[in-house]
Amino acid sequence: MQLGAKRWLFGAVLVALGVSALSGHFNRYYLGVAIDVGISIILAASLNLINGYTGQFSLGHAGFMAVGGFTAAKLTLLLAPIVPEAAHPALFAGSILVGGTVAALAGLAVGLPSLRLRGDYLAIVTLGFGEIIRVIFQTSETFGAATGLTGIPKFTTLFWTWGVAALTVYVVASLVNSTYGRGFLCVHDDEVAAAAMGISPTRYKVTAFVTGAFFAGMAGALYAHHKQVLKPDGFDFMKSIDIVVMVILGGMGNTVGVILAAVLLTVLPELLRGLADYRMILYSLLIIGLMLTRPQGLFTLRRRVDRSRTAN
Amino acid sequence: MQRCTIRFGGLTAVSELDLHIGGDELIGLIGPNGAGKTTAFNMITGVYQPTEGEIHFGGTSLAGQAPQEITGLGIARTFQNIRLFPSLSVFDNVRVAFQLRQKTGLFQSLLRGAAFKRNEQQIESEVLEILDIFKLGRFRHTMSKNLPYGDQRRLEIVRALATKPRLLLLDEPAAGMNPTEKTELTRLIGFIKDKFRISVLLVEHDMKVVMGICERIVVLDHGIKIAEGSPSEVRNDIKVVEAYLGDKHLKKAAADADSSPAD
Ligand SMILES: Nc1ncnc2c1ncn2[C@@H]1O[C@H](COP(=O)(O)OP(=O)(O)OP(=O)(O)O)[C@@H](O)[C@H]1O
Ligand SMILES: [Mg+2]
Repeated sequence: MQLGAKRWLFGAVLVALGVSALSGHFNRYYLGVAIDVGISIILAASLNLINGYTGQFSLGHAGFMAVGGFTAAKLTLLLAPIVPEAAHPALFAGSILVGGTVAALAGLAVGLPSLRLRGDYLAIVTLGFGEIIRVIFQTSETFGAATGLTGIPKFTTLFWTWGVAALTVYVVASLVNSTYGRGFLCVHDDEVAAAAMGISPTRYKVTAFVTGAFFAGMAGALYAHHKQVLKPDGFDFMKSIDIVVMVILGGMGNTVGVILAAVLLTVLPELLRGLADYRMILYSLLIIGLMLTRPQGLFTLRRRVDRSRTAN
Repeated sequence: MQRCTIRFGGLTAVSELDLHIGGDELIGLIGPNGAGKTTAFNMITGVYQPTEGEIHFGGTSLAGQAPQEITGLGIARTFQNIRLFPSLSVFDNVRVAFQLRQKTGLFQSLLRGAAFKRNEQQIESEVLEILDIFKLGRFRHTMSKNLPYGDQRRLEIVRALATKPRLLLLDEPAAGMNPTEKTELTRLIGFIKDKFRISVLLVEHDMKVVMGICERIVVLDHGIKIAEGSPSEVRNDIKVVEAYLGDKHLKKAAADADSSPAD
């Protein structure tokens, strides 16, 4: 990740573009799942910055996703009819950015007052935030109240989704792999010691929240223009739990593991459609089993290489 | 530090403490358990705000400043119960100290331009240099929690020095060390003071260490300053002798862990 990180990002976007160009030949169902996978990766990788690297416990990611999704969808619903067809990709790009930005502002609004809180308390506040967001959309006529928004233009392609997913992974990985970004891990390890090193725990926590929310908002925008209907119900706290499970399963603060977990937990339910009703029970069992056998996460081999034994 | 008092509920942990530290001075702060030494550190570093009194550092008032701002002004510290970043490598524990005084931040980390890379390389070589000075270079990939105890204490001092302080506060750096390690630590503190030309305020229960290197010693008992002077003056001060004789379990208790938030 140190060398050629930008080249890696460029390559990933090219792959997304190539695959996307061929996507006309793909089975529509598989294409849909591939887009779902990309969206899950964005959500999980961005939550990993907050919950994994910075060690905060946010249960509000679905709330940020909803903010981004509804904002972007409302925007394209209003503007798509009056903007010429040729400008639609630009409109879509703009709506993704606006969705992300508004979600980031929501992240700031939640992040600032909740910074004094830790662990369980922060989890409860973010959970409450997510539910409030959902209720606001459920009652707002502008956003279609309980029925939500329908007839959203189908703008989301594999290219957009995987492109944003690559960007998310790049941003999180580059942030963490820098002298500046090691501060997130310090806040995770010990806030008092971090402050004594001149690291402002508050600034880092807010940055993590805002950055995480920004990408969750973009994921929401992609989701809206993929499914074409947005219902507030889809963003309840179960959705937040889904994302938290990906982060825990992948191993907190392990980007590769979290990506694998996002893929697994998006594809698996598709394979087990018949068991959909039992999903939450399966998830709970999965987490309990994991905590008992592999508390470091399914995909974490050994956290950050330790070569102490080879040094003499 | 002028007439500083701090109360926790009904308890006055430190009472009207005056303390002046000159440039390049090595001062010892001693006293029986619970005398208020760590609390004095916590007031200087902004972990606690004094209930009364003021603290100035190089002409700047520290009132209302957050711990990270005070570190930025040039005061660094270690903790009585080592507080390294356990999941970070030895290298990274020192590296993070450099984010305080570097020019690149969030956006440069994302753009990864030439200036960013040069800056990161510069930091890397400075980290390796300071690790080598303190003979920790070979441990650079080791997770700090896996380091031997004495080396953890040393790493915490190195990490504090890496913030480029003008005043270094050491809270019982010799605790838990064997006599050989203590002798080495004593040499190390003298070396740091000369090489980095900084002032040091040393809290330590081990009298051999304190008497050996401190130019001036301040004695606290029950939050009150009972004596101040050169090592020989303090050693012969009747109040000091009484305070210590009254505390027979000093040695044993000194080794006990303390559970207050920033020890
Ligand atoms: N956060 C706090 N809340 C309440 N009381 C506190 C707090 N911090 C310290 N104290 C009390 O203040 C007094 C001074 O404690 P302090 O830790 O400063 O002593 P010390 O001189 O460092 O002792 P030791 O040699 O054991 O480290 C003690 O009675 C302690 O219980
Ligand atoms: Mg103490």
